[in-house]
Amino acid sequence: MTEILKVSNLSKTFKLSLKQQRIEKTKEKKKTAVNNLSFSAYKGEIFGLLGPNGAGKTTVLRILSTMIKPDSGDALIDGVSVVAQSELVRSKIGFLTSELKLEEFFTPNYLFDFFSDLHKIPSEIRAERKQELFDKFGINDFSEVKVANLSTGMKQKVSLVISLVHNPEIIIFDEPTNGLDVLTAKVVTDFLIELKQEGKTIIVSTHIFSIVEKICDRVGILIDGRMIICDTMENVTSQKSLEDVFFDVYAKVVGETK
Amino acid sequence: MKNNILTIMKKELIRFFCDKRMVITVLLFPGLMIFLMYSFMGDAIANMYTVDDNYTASICVVNLPKSIEYIANNSGITLTSIDINELNVSKEKLLKKDIDICVVFPSDFDSAVSLYTTNSQEAAPNVEIFFNTSSTKSQTAYTTMTTLLDTYENTMINKFDINKSDKIYDMASEKDTAGSIFSSMMPMLLMIFLFSGCMSIAPESIAGEKERGTIATLLVTPIKRSELAIGKIFALAIIALLSGISSTTGTLLSLPKLMGGASDSMTTNYYALTDYILLGVVILSTVLLLITLISIISTFAKTVKEATTSVMPLMIVVMLIGITAMFGDGAKSEIYYYLIPLYNTVQSMIGIFSFKVIPENILVSVVSNLIYTGIGAFVLTKMFNSERIIFSK
Repeated sequence: MTEILKVSNLSKTFKLSLKQQRIEKTKEKKKTAVNNLSFSAYKGEIFGLLGPNGAGKTTVLRILSTMIKPDSGDALIDGVSVVAQSELVRSKIGFLTSELKLEEFFTPNYLFDFFSDLHKIPSEIRAERKQELFDKFGINDFSEVKVANLSTGMKQKVSLVISLVHNPEIIIFDEPTNGLDVLTAKVVTDFLIELKQEGKTIIVSTHIFSIVEKICDRVGILIDGRMIICDTMENVTSQKSLEDVFFDVYAKVVGETK
Repeated sequence: MKNNILTIMKKELIRFFCDKRMVITVLLFPGLMIFLMYSFMGDAIANMYTVDDNYTASICVVNLPKSIEYIANNSGITLTSIDINELNVSKEKLLKKDIDICVVFPSDFDSAVSLYTTNSQEAAPNVEIFFNTSSTKSQTAYTTMTTLLDTYENTMINKFDINKSDKIYDMASEKDTAGSIFSSMMPMLLMIFLFSGCMSIAPESIAGEKERGTIATLLVTPIKRSELAIGKIFALAIIALLSGISSTTGTLLSLPKLMGGASDSMTTNYYALTDYILLGVVILSTVLLLITLISIISTFAKTVKEATTSVMPLMIVVMLIGITAMFGDGAKSEIYYYLIPLYNTVQSMIGIFSFKVIPENILVSVVSNLIYTGIGAFVLTKMFNSERIIFSK
């Protein structure tokens, strides 16, 4: 197995504003989102990050995508540091999160070309890639319709395609099926499996157990910024279902904390 | 494959020029509205202070002296003699604007004037003129009557005259007059127009992208933050420049109409191509600086609304700097004034509009603006790198 992602002692703390302190019902001025986190992912696998809201899943993925920097620790993606060589990392990954929006004024066709330009994709490769992805997700029918006029599902498909314009080796998806109807969600999950079969590595965060059970080779359970379990799906679910494992672990960790 | 700066510029320009609403409101409306507004104001002001040449003023006079009647007849002014008992009725008519003025002479005006000497301790004979300032016709009649009385007074005590011949005594050329008027008004107007142009697009492009989450999508591509900052600044500067050209054209075409009553010499024909080129270079460097400043402020904001509000203090500063053009005597000659951002633009514009260009000062002004823009672009790049600024909620 080739290690393609190596996360080492990653920590991230956020300052809390007064408003956030009120929402979180705390007087602490800082919140540790990720606490000394280490894990690895291997080429050609789907790694699932599972955890409740506020566990730190999104923060980990944002660090991996170089949107934010860790306070300490580092992550190497295909041997490239997210801290020291963030631009190079961004050219190696495809990142999709609900936070990332597409400019609604433009059409999927224009956006594909625009992001291909930013990724320096040669025009002959671009046309082929566009055809392939647009066919797969049925975007040809609305490729000249402004994003503003598309449904949520259509927008999600376009976002997915845009994140893959450069055919990245590592794909990082934060809650990829959020807000999608069951049909579109199935298209997305089937596509992730297809990508895996093509030898791509996929890091996906979700709180939907069935998706993790269905598509992931390995799983990491994240609670309060700490990696509680990180193992293959086979090992994690050898005795109990993933849901039971998660709730047992969660009760134990929260009990320890209190 | 293209340069990322050009890719960002192209995207911003397509975003703007394919949006009819934006093109109309940012490019067409400012010039058109300024032209229509100033032209309309010019006509309205001219109408307000002008009375038809054929109009005969209605002037009622109590105790009309023979001497005044004679001068009035020679001047083509019609005076209507009334009795002192009709004075109150005449005042009522004046109030209702049925007559223009009402003049009351002392009963023995001619003899009293001839007997009066300035050495005597007595009060001079007093003429009362009732008028109504809310009526342009009344104001004109009042001026006519006081001029007539001045003429009468001069015929009695004339000792010397001033500028009585037909010679031209005002040594200012029409070009200088136009330069003086343009240089006092245009810098302020241009600063406001340029700022408005920048303000109408920069907050939307920066804070708007933050608010909608689209800037984050750009930031996870391999593009350098500096390329994103420079691409946006250049594209926005082009749009703001076009908006500035629209407003300036509207102003230059309509200002002569607005100032029409003040001087016939108000024309832009005195300015040569080099003046316009210099003005264009100064404006371009200023637009780059303004766009950079507004972009920095907008990057701090979480929403377009917040950005627009935050930019207001800068707008006030720009207006105050623009107003300084209306005071003082021409452009400053000391070179250090041309290092002060925005103030250097106003001083350069004064120099250009008043035909007193000092090339070194214009050069210093433009170069310093470009340096400030470079510093601003660096700051903007740092801000795009800051997760606290870009991803703050």
